Amino acid sequence: MSWTSIWIMVGGAFGFKVFGVLGLGRMTESAGRSFQVITALVPAALFSALVIVQTIVMDERLVLDARVWGVGAGVVAVWRRAPFTMVVVLTMAVTALVRWQTLV
Amino acid sequence: MAEHRREGLVLSLAVGIVGMTFGVLADAAGLSLPQIIVMSAFLFTGASQFAAVSVIDSGGSSYAAVGSAMLLAARNALYGPVVSRFFGESRLRRGLSAHFVIDETTAMASIQDDDETAADAFWWTALWLWSFWNIGSIGGALLGSMIGDPETYGLDAAFPAAFIALLVPHLRERPGRVAALVGGGLAIAAVPISPAGVPLLVAVLGVVPGWLLGRRQGAQDVL
Repeated sequence: MSWTSIWIMVGGAFGFKVFGVLGLGRMTESAGRSFQVITALVPAALFSALVIVQTIVMDERLVLDARVWGVGAGVVAVWRRAPFTMVVVLTMAVTALVRWQTLV
Repeated sequence: MAEHRREGLVLSLAVGIVGMTFGVLADAAGLSLPQIIVMSAFLFTGASQFAAVSVIDSGGSSYAAVGSAMLLAARNALYGPVVSRFFGESRLRRGLSAHFVIDETTAMASIQDDDETAADAFWWTALWLWSFWNIGSIGGALLGSMIGDPETYGLDAAFPAAFIALLVPHLRERPGRVAALVGGGLAIAAVPISPAGVPLLVAVLGVVPGWLLGRRQGAQDVL
């Protein structure tokens, strides 16, 4: 990969972040309360999508594999109010186990 | 250690191991160590870094690599309004702080009960995550294929699991649940018909029905 494309990516990614904080951020801070209510809902919408995309998407296609079992175990752990570390470790363990089982 | 700092540390450790994966892949795709260091330190958006490197590795052009990296980086702009109030008034300080606005730091800040804890969670997560991400990717680049496939250890599922835990506090009230449901649904619908990164941008529209519902409920409360 050329240095030029790396620096373009660095500049572009930073540009998005700065636009978010200085542009969109300023806008919502000075706008009324209803805009701030919308902003407060952004994590709900995006993190839900992030979980789904990271769990059932592979190479831009929907795929059900060992990750679904692992994340399913994670959901149960969260529901049972397990500590954060436990949720992460349990998910990894179940995913690895299912993956290993299907390989054997 | 306060709970939010400990959670930030755990999340960052997991991300650090993912960073090793990035180092391994980038090295295999022919990137030099300085290039890998610059990407992790200054691009600092995991999804974009992986996308760019895998495009190059599969023989794609630099244009394609930059394009897909930018599509995945775009969502960080949506996080700006969620965290911008923690960065003070100075434009310079705000602009520099923006570098650390990514999925993980926004998530850790957004689940805290008050602004002071949220700012603390943001900055501790940023510090740890940036450090481990860079150490991890340099380590991965140097050790290369000695590490083996991290998917064997289920690492690829650790990230979504962590985000389930970080999502739950946003589901306490109905507008949040509606936003999550619609956002997730839109993302699934968008996956087969759009390049990576776009489903997450489409998902933000989930805030609209959530907001409308909240407004209706608010109106009822007033009545």
